Amino acid sequence: MKTHKHWRAVLLLAVVALIAAACGGDGTEDTSIPITSGDEAPATTADTGDAGDTDSTEGEDGDTGSAEGGSMTMLIGSSGDAETNAVQAAVDAWGEESGVSVEVIAANDLTQQLGQGFSGGNPPDIFYMSWDQFQTYAANGYLEPYAEELSNADAYYQSLRDTFTYDGTFYCAPKDFSTLGLVINTDAWEEAGLTDDDIPTNWDELAQVAEALTTDSRAGLSFGLEYARIGVFMNQAGGSLVSEDGTTATADSPENLQALEYVQSLVEAGSLRFPSELGAGWAGEAFGQQTAAMVIEGPWINGALANDYPDVNYRVVELPEGPAGPSTFVFTNCWGIPAGSETRDLAVDLVEFLTSDEQQLAFSEAFGVIPSTESAAAVYAEQFPENEAFVAGNDYSVSPIAFAGAAEVIADFNASLEGFATGGDAQTILTTLQANLQAALDAANAG
Amino acid sequence: MTSLARPRSRGLRGNEGPFGWLFTLPAILILGTFLVIPILLAVWVSFSNWNGLGPPVGGQAEFVGAANYAEVLTQPGLARRDFGIAIRNNLYYVLFVVPIQTAVALFLAVQVNQKVLKARGFFRTAFYFPSVTSSVAITVVFLYLFGASGVVNGVLNWLRVRGPNWFADPRGVFHIVLSWLGVDSVPSFLAGEGPLGVTWWEWIAGPSVAMTALIALAVFTTSGTFMLLFLAGLQAIGQDIEEAALVDGAGPVRKFFSITLPMLKPTLFTVLTLGLIATWQVFDQIYLTGGGAPAKTTLTPAFLAYSASFESLKWGRGAAISFILFGIIVVLTIFQRWLLRDREGSRRNRRRRARMAQVGAMAAITTGGGHGTGGGAGE
Repeated sequence: MKTHKHWRAVLLLAVVALIAAACGGDGTEDTSIPITSGDEAPATTADTGDAGDTDSTEGEDGDTGSAEGGSMTMLIGSSGDAETNAVQAAVDAWGEESGVSVEVIAANDLTQQLGQGFSGGNPPDIFYMSWDQFQTYAANGYLEPYAEELSNADAYYQSLRDTFTYDGTFYCAPKDFSTLGLVINTDAWEEAGLTDDDIPTNWDELAQVAEALTTDSRAGLSFGLEYARIGVFMNQAGGSLVSEDGTTATADSPENLQALEYVQSLVEAGSLRFPSELGAGWAGEAFGQQTAAMVIEGPWINGALANDYPDVNYRVVELPEGPAGPSTFVFTNCWGIPAGSETRDLAVDLVEFLTSDEQQLAFSEAFGVIPSTESAAAVYAEQFPENEAFVAGNDYSVSPIAFAGAAEVIADFNASLEGFATGGDAQTILTTLQANLQAALDAANAG
Repeated sequence: MTSLARPRSRGLRGNEGPFGWLFTLPAILILGTFLVIPILLAVWVSFSNWNGLGPPVGGQAEFVGAANYAEVLTQPGLARRDFGIAIRNNLYYVLFVVPIQTAVALFLAVQVNQKVLKARGFFRTAFYFPSVTSSVAITVVFLYLFGASGVVNGVLNWLRVRGPNWFADPRGVFHIVLSWLGVDSVPSFLAGEGPLGVTWWEWIAGPSVAMTALIALAVFTTSGTFMLLFLAGLQAIGQDIEEAALVDGAGPVRKFFSITLPMLKPTLFTVLTLGLIATWQVFDQIYLTGGGAPAKTTLTPAFLAYSASFESLKWGRGAAISFILFGIIVVLTIFQRWLLRDREGSRRNRRRRARMAQVGAMAAITTGGGHGTGGGAGE
């Protein structure tokens, strides 16, 4: 009797634990409130205009609500109401022509919601596909390779085409892009007695102005301690992480070491401090709070500053060149369509509409993104001269590595960089990165 | 509990079996559809290479044996190392949170159970309040409190202590203590690789400074819930026993350790078990504080399962991690059950001692019976 009771209790506990463990494993839908760090996501917010008056109204024939009907869903990782409204307005304009109503859903956590949609067999008909997840999705056969069919397939920047090319196939149309630039607080600049001639063009000059701008309450330079920023210095030094043919890891190189040691020297000089040390979530916040005089960020900083810190005066210049020349990172999203989707043709038609120069410029005006086609980007650079440096950066930009399986390696690299700020050994970090990267590459190429 | 354990009788009611099954059929069907089948499906996924595309059964997913388990348990590589670090982080989290929250909950329960305390209702509500608040909201509040120039550091500053940059500090607290003792670099005997590809030096790091902030958060939010359980247990202890102890001349301390605590043992078991399960599954806070940042020191197996599934699309590995986690929880729960088991001998001793102290037969019987009812309430 006694033992029976015991075993029953143990069994009960086991069941309770099982339920709870199962919930812990995959029942995560209810916790999808992200803390945005304002990093690679083009987190721009409209300061330049109202979405309403910028939609293209090109539907001349005006056959509204044709008999075709039907509906589609679109999942976007929106930076705010301005972006959501502008996208909704654009798809509504398209819907007038096609007779298809498109529901735009702004995701709380795009990656999680996409994963859930695909694994549940019910993905959205069209969605934002970020550069860092693209290769993983393509490698797993999630995506429809439609991009070559588009009439403007050749109009995109080559670097953007490369980002969304998997196994030699151009998969999806880039919707816009962002590059990194050097954002300078002009008040602090003048205060330090610096002029336009002092704009840094190489590493030595960057170190000098960073030191000149550093005060007790302000760091001269700040950026997030992660591959998406440090990697730029590696590339500028002539280093890389993966060989051209994509089979060999090249992380453990003298060039990469030089880059890490340069960054370390800035830390030791006290002129480079990382956002967390400045009590900020990301570098843009530190810049807004004026605890950093220069930051390395992308065009999304415009919206953040306009919203939260409208009093900060700043300008954006191209990143200084490294020993091996100029380099910056390009971050981009494309319009993803699920493989074998029933609404594929409609979705491709919608992408064609959304990526037209006219529509892309409308998006630029509404929420500040840079168009992905060279012709539209040229118009953009004229319209928004303050962002010219971001557009110019694309001439020499490269995409951060993102092959399937790279994310874990990069996460580990980022984690090891955190010790680096407090005097970690650069060589050890690169050795570990090399080993992990090679293992991940082998796995990706084998599969 | 006791009523369920009644032996099944035959005879008059012997042919009622089929009806019993019929009446329980809806429950069995619902549980089967929403519980048993998903669990079996998850077991299958953990042994397959399902990438999240198409159905896990009958689609392209193939059986890969124990490969997913091997990746995180035996094969050297990043996956195993990440899992090892996650286990280490969570182990320290459990080791700190469970005892502290249990002690705090018990302390609070005893305090608000005192008849002399004025405004008991107020205190009970106040202590319970964090438990009914969303853990997401509390985490966000803690992010501000423990910010580099947040309230906590403000208070520390006022006490002339320079506070750390809590959520950005990856240093392990044991490492910090060791560095005070002059151990700054890795001693050679700890530099070797320990279990799961993590060096012994990393195993003994202790929770990182960032993790201690999360530990404080967990204690803050869950103590109230467990206080309520203890309170229920305390109120089940009869007035007469306390009076009997009083007559015996037991002081408050003696009364607590010889009467209250032993009688709360079933509740204690419940609290420890629930605490153990919840702490091994910590996810919300990790998700909100940056998914393991700083330097993976707040990475936990639950979060790792999530990121393996949703970010790397390795659903098999995610499921495998979940089941390993499940195994850990079950083993620890059984171990704890064994640890807190009723030791027949010692109970008899206690009874004999009670009798010898001539508390009286009545009180002795109530003690035995009280155990039973306490058990029923607890489980």
